[in-house]
Amino acid sequence: MPTRPAGAAIPFTGRLTRRFPRDPWPLAAGAVALVVATPILIVLSSLATPTLDVWAHLWQTQLLELIWNTVALIVGVGAGVAVLGTGLAWLTTMYRFPGRAIFEWLLILPLAVPAYVIGFVFRGLFDYAGPVQTGLRRTVGPAIWFPDIASYGGVVLVMTLVLYPYVYLLARTAFLEQSEATLEAARALGASRTALFWRTALPLARPSIAAGLSLAVMEALADFGTVAIYGYNTLTVAIYRVWFGLFNREAATELASLLLLFTGAVYAAERAWRGRARFYQTERKARPPAPRPLTGWKAWTASGVAGVVVGGAFLLPVGQLVVWSVAALGGSDFDDRYPEFVLNTLAVGGITALLAVGAAVVVAYGLRLSRSRMVAACGRIATLGYALPGSVIAVGVLVPLAFLDRVCNAVLRTVWGAEVGLLVTGSMAGLVFAYLVRFLAISVQTVEASLVKVTPSMDMAGRSLGSSPGGVLRRIHLPLIRGGLCSAAILVFIDVIKEMPATLLLRPFGYETLAVRIWQLTSESFWEAAALPALTIVAAGMLPVLILARSSARARQGADGEQGMKGSRDQGRGDKVP
Amino acid sequence: MIRGSSHRKAAAILALWMTSATLLVPADAARDGGEVVVYSARIETLIKPMFDAFTRKTGTVVKYFTASEAELFERLKAEGPHTAADVLMTVDAGNLWVAEQAGLLQGFESPTIAKNIPAHLRAKDHAWVGLAVRARPIMYSTERVTPSELSTYEALGELKWRGRLCLRSSRKVYTQSLVATMITTLGGERTEAVVRGWMTNAPRIFDSDTKQLEGIAAGQCDVTIANTYYLARLKAKDPGFPVAVFWPNQNDRGVHINVSGAGVTRYAKHRESAIRLIEFLSSPEAQNLFADGNYEYPANPEVKPHGLIAAWGAFKADTVDVAAAGALQAEAVKLMDRAGYK
Repeated sequence: MPTRPAGAAIPFTGRLTRRFPRDPWPLAAGAVALVVATPILIVLSSLATPTLDVWAHLWQTQLLELIWNTVALIVGVGAGVAVLGTGLAWLTTMYRFPGRAIFEWLLILPLAVPAYVIGFVFRGLFDYAGPVQTGLRRTVGPAIWFPDIASYGGVVLVMTLVLYPYVYLLARTAFLEQSEATLEAARALGASRTALFWRTALPLARPSIAAGLSLAVMEALADFGTVAIYGYNTLTVAIYRVWFGLFNREAATELASLLLLFTGAVYAAERAWRGRARFYQTERKARPPAPRPLTGWKAWTASGVAGVVVGGAFLLPVGQLVVWSVAALGGSDFDDRYPEFVLNTLAVGGITALLAVGAAVVVAYGLRLSRSRMVAACGRIATLGYALPGSVIAVGVLVPLAFLDRVCNAVLRTVWGAEVGLLVTGSMAGLVFAYLVRFLAISVQTVEASLVKVTPSMDMAGRSLGSSPGGVLRRIHLPLIRGGLCSAAILVFIDVIKEMPATLLLRPFGYETLAVRIWQLTSESFWEAAALPALTIVAAGMLPVLILARSSARARQGADGEQGMKGSRDQGRGDKVP
Repeated sequence: MIRGSSHRKAAAILALWMTSATLLVPADAARDGGEVVVYSARIETLIKPMFDAFTRKTGTVVKYFTASEAELFERLKAEGPHTAADVLMTVDAGNLWVAEQAGLLQGFESPTIAKNIPAHLRAKDHAWVGLAVRARPIMYSTERVTPSELSTYEALGELKWRGRLCLRSSRKVYTQSLVATMITTLGGERTEAVVRGWMTNAPRIFDSDTKQLEGIAAGQCDVTIANTYYLARLKAKDPGFPVAVFWPNQNDRGVHINVSGAGVTRYAKHRESAIRLIEFLSSPEAQNLFADGNYEYPANPEVKPHGLIAAWGAFKADTVDVAAAGALQAEAVKLMDRAGYK
């Protein structure tokens, strides 16, 4: 192992590696990451043989506009979700106001609504022919001005409402993990509420906020459904145009690689923002911060803001879905296979969520113990998939699967003289693998954001006392980051059940999910009939959120009574390592 | 640790379920001859009634897998000789042409189909058969436009339509096929001039034909180009819907039409059943279902279209080879890019 002076940024891991050189974890992390990275590398490799005529055409017509639009989109959405997500998380964890206990959970729910649903409902309601403008023209007069929803502002508004929960959920966990003692200390040192937020709480929560923010930005980059509804041309739109219109999948894949460069920039920006600072949780938590009551107009403003967000991002679209479902009840496609669609949906979501969290723990822990740049690079590449449109990922997955099947059959033919047909292409395993490739970023980002806050001195202590790395993970880290693991599982579950293009392309024959159902109906403009499966997806996505809410409420009650219960979840002081 | 064990139980059940689901996926070796497998870009609602009728008649079970065209093609390519698919069904002759070019189809000749479907709705080399026809005429507001103001697709570039025109996104294959057929007839330069003419009228671009028509009804614009069955669906719900059809270019090439169709896949395991299914789909019995289910024009001339669209009258259709337009589709997209048609 090459020795390198331990840099200031990673002092402890360096020492860990030197003292315990035979860890299997970095190797396992590298292996998992490499398998998941394969389809992404296939996509990236397309850049080696560029389709020059398509690039020349795009350069002459719209490439600069596409890049500009894409940058503008991620800047706008990034700023929107950072402010809304962090602000709401701070509001609900630190203050008491009317409805806080309910808003705390309602604010996560927009996550359960697929982006294309919110996008579609908003355009339907606020477009010229929609009920809002029609009503205004009728009551106020035909000349009334109304902002154009199919615009940059409209797209940013809708995407912010869809994506802020990523930041909210992670920032909220981070704020809750900060103990009363830390904040009390800051206050005792004379910090105002504002200073407390900017100088103590925000820096401590920064890894989580950055993780949520990069997830939101990556999803905005990969989004096709929403930008297409709003006629806002980004690189993703161009990918589909080149693929379906010019019938040039190679060029489409090359364009998709460009999205990966954007993601690389996002990662670099996050790194730069975090700088060399690391924040660790070193003590057991005594108590989560107690919310301060807000009074008078401040209290009602807080409720109002939370209410507007929940109303716009959740109640409005869900209400519209309910109205459509009722309208379509007579001629809807509801039939006896419906329970099967629901079961299939829950199954792929659940399986992938478990596997994604397991893989994320291996990758994140391996990265923690490793100083190998190789492993780190694999880990980074394996989490790029989230910024790629589902169809591009799906094709990237299809290529190695089909190759595997061909090899299998060739071997069997020579050995037994018989073939088995397709084993992995169009199998459940293939589909789940595609989801892993697409959504591993979510679980890794979330788990890493939790793990990075556990001080390496814990590892040192555990290992010095004779525990194996696996033992340290099981007995120290996993209990400490349980909240992060739950968040990761929920986020992956919800994203999987909403996912459409990869499901369409890779699902096993006869395996229909709710998302496939929605595609079936919306692709032929049967929106009212599509409302029922959409509503079911929302309900399925709400399920884990509600379970989390209940178990978290119970845990908080339990923590009050039982002092020092096993696996006390969190930390205390925020230690800044120089 | 009651919670922990219940988590573990749930995980075990899920794992079991997953394994069984994986094992239950039918391997193609296990199938008998009593079925035919369709990969379809047409959605279930629109194809299931015909398949059910076929099963009732022949006893052959139809299994189907639906996804959008580009994705179906990728899957077929990847599955290669092992594919389960016997029949490929899709919308738009351009797509059928692409499938043929990619070597996904095998030609077949059938006297039944030659009798049922006119030659211009079939591939010349018998690779695929058109089964239903849709027209894409001009549609206008009955409140703000008189038909005498309208004449041709080209004339939508006239200045009087400035700010009054709605158009479907150039990303949609319907738009691409329309422009591709114009390139065949008018040539690239004239077509580009026509598209630029449309663009000077600052059209409002929509992502759906239905939304364009609703835009006209609400007063957002006055004319558009849309597929006939979308208006038929709106008219079926509300007979007073204030939009009507205008058949353009009746003095020259005619109205742009396109087909949805089917072909036998190159590696079909049930070739005979596949051909029998396509023959059935061209028969009057199935054609009636096409006509009634989605207000499309039957490809079989013996079958009358649904009353609602029959009421719009007969029209001269552009008989240009729509599949040949498939070859020009990429050129059409590039042309629209240059003209700034989003």
